[in-house]
Amino acid sequence: MTGSIPIAVEFTGGLELLFSNQRKHQVALPASDAEGTPSTVGYLVKWLCENLIKDPRKEMFVLDDSVRPGILVLINDADWELEGEEKYELRANDEIVFVSTLHGG
Amino acid sequence: MDPTFSADAQVQRLRQHIAATESQLTALKLQLQQAEQAAEIASYLNGAYQGGLAADWRDEICGALQYDTPRPLPEDTWQDGESGGPTSAKWTTDHVSQQRWPLQSEEYKRYGRQMIMPEIGLHGQLRLRSAKVLVVGVGGLGCPAAAYLAGAGVGTLGLMDGDTVEVSNLHRQIAHSSARVGSMKVDSAVEYLRSLNDCVNYESHPHHLTPEKAISTFEQYDLVLDCTDHPTSRYLISDACVLTGKPLVSASALKTEGQLIVLNNPARPPGDASGGPCYRCIFPKPPPAETVLSCGDGGILGPVVGVMGVLQALEAIKLLTAKLPPTDLDWAMDLAADEVPAPAELVRPTMLMFSAYSTPQFRSVRLRSRRAACAVCSTEATITRQNLTSGSLDYVAFCGVTTPIKALATTAQVTATQFSQLPTDGSNVLVDVRDETQYAICALRGSVNVPWTGNADTWLEEAIRVGAVAELGDGRDRYFVCRLGNDSQLAAKAVMDNVLEGRAKDIKGGFRAWREEVDPSWPDY
Repeated sequence: MTGSIPIAVEFTGGLELLFSNQRKHQVALPASDAEGTPSTVGYLVKWLCENLIKDPRKEMFVLDDSVRPGILVLINDADWELEGEEKYELRANDEIVFVSTLHGG
Repeated sequence: MDPTFSADAQVQRLRQHIAATESQLTALKLQLQQAEQAAEIASYLNGAYQGGLAADWRDEICGALQYDTPRPLPEDTWQDGESGGPTSAKWTTDHVSQQRWPLQSEEYKRYGRQMIMPEIGLHGQLRLRSAKVLVVGVGGLGCPAAAYLAGAGVGTLGLMDGDTVEVSNLHRQIAHSSARVGSMKVDSAVEYLRSLNDCVNYESHPHHLTPEKAISTFEQYDLVLDCTDHPTSRYLISDACVLTGKPLVSASALKTEGQLIVLNNPARPPGDASGGPCYRCIFPKPPPAETVLSCGDGGILGPVVGVMGVLQALEAIKLLTAKLPPTDLDWAMDLAADEVPAPAELVRPTMLMFSAYSTPQFRSVRLRSRRAACAVCSTEATITRQNLTSGSLDYVAFCGVTTPIKALATTAQVTATQFSQLPTDGSNVLVDVRDETQYAICALRGSVNVPWTGNADTWLEEAIRVGAVAELGDGRDRYFVCRLGNDSQLAAKAVMDNVLEGRAKDIKGGFRAWREEVDPSWPDY
């Protein structure tokens, strides 16, 4: 165990309903996974499913081991596809936002 | 050969020659007249703007003047001019003033407040006037967007929607009115917009967008606004914009939040990686149908969707009045001169997120560029004009459909009428599974509120905890009700499967059926 890193996690677009109806969460994420690999966003997603999600409908957040279609993941205000997606290695105080796309109009 | 015939033929030939030469002369005179007009306009503009008019805009404005000014036919020009020649043509004062100023006097008054800003100016107003914008969806987003575009003087505004106005639209769809409930939304909006600005040419498309018609319709416009409310239309509009080369201003809203993205900007052909991303680049897979919430189900605050529609109009105005991007030739020349374009010139795709109850309310995030394997805008595109127009793409199937919930056998359901006839002697319990907010709007006396949690286990746990359901049964029947009769089936099933076999029943059609069958005064929210 190499300690934890502080990460700011936010849910918007209705996703907050799955997380105690709270948008902003400050989490202390283990700095590395069981194999000692530094924690990535992919690890954070798994960790959120095991530790933070309060709603049993986990499939609203993760489908087939990946963030479900229709959710945009932002790493420090950028689409995670610009940052390496789930392989991005987290740094202290990174801000990760999960946005469910809206369709109403 | 008959000499008379030969002479006649020669006369004929000469006449033809003279006619042809005269026509050529007329054409030359017309060209001279136009050249003189252009020179005159240029000198007016020089005088009027004292060099304040960027050289880039001059040609464009001169073009607008020539295009819009009714020019007298050559015959009119010199029919009474004894001195002959077009230079002697006398223009009326009106004509001169029309010639001199590219906009009508009414337009200077109407648009002056935006024209005096350098961001718009005369060139921007001319751009707006020559622009054709299509607004798809004339609801919470489309109404404010169309209102501001019409107000700003967009030349042609197309409106597309197949729905009619309902009373429940009016808290947010500002172009409609109580008197026009039941009218086509497109007709209602055009009536409103005409009273706002009659200088705009409005084009009605009183139907929903179909893949078959999308390309031919979009081709008539310069820019498209996606003001619709479903992923099906969002993918279709984005695909059609890529295939017709139109930039797309897309927005959405639900409850207290909104999102705005400018897509396919710059609009480049499929396969050109320098074009802006499309909706599929950002969202290659549609969300599961059951996660898509409409304004009718999830709720919407009027100003929230209004803000998003107004922002769409703003982005549209910015796009239409923007300085033209450098042409390929300019680029080549720049590169030859070792000049790298300033980074500010590059369009960086972003999404603007609005959340009415968060601090800060606005946040702009960076998006990816075009996806190398995008189904419509990449070199590997599988979606083409042909298969879109032929109707072979099924957007409804692509996005999935939700079917009405049928969790229970008919024997486990009662009608609202049957429920109303049950004794109120305490031999049964009514469990209302709507959320607390809806329960507080209206509820039946004696009912117990246990909001459906989306999950049988957690809901049942809560129902037992509050005493709405007895874990071991207490001899009383349970009836379940909700707004439309979906969640109540799931709750009844949870109870039937786990606790009260045979003693749990669902009220079919929920409170909507209750209002229709039993109590017409029940609030229709």
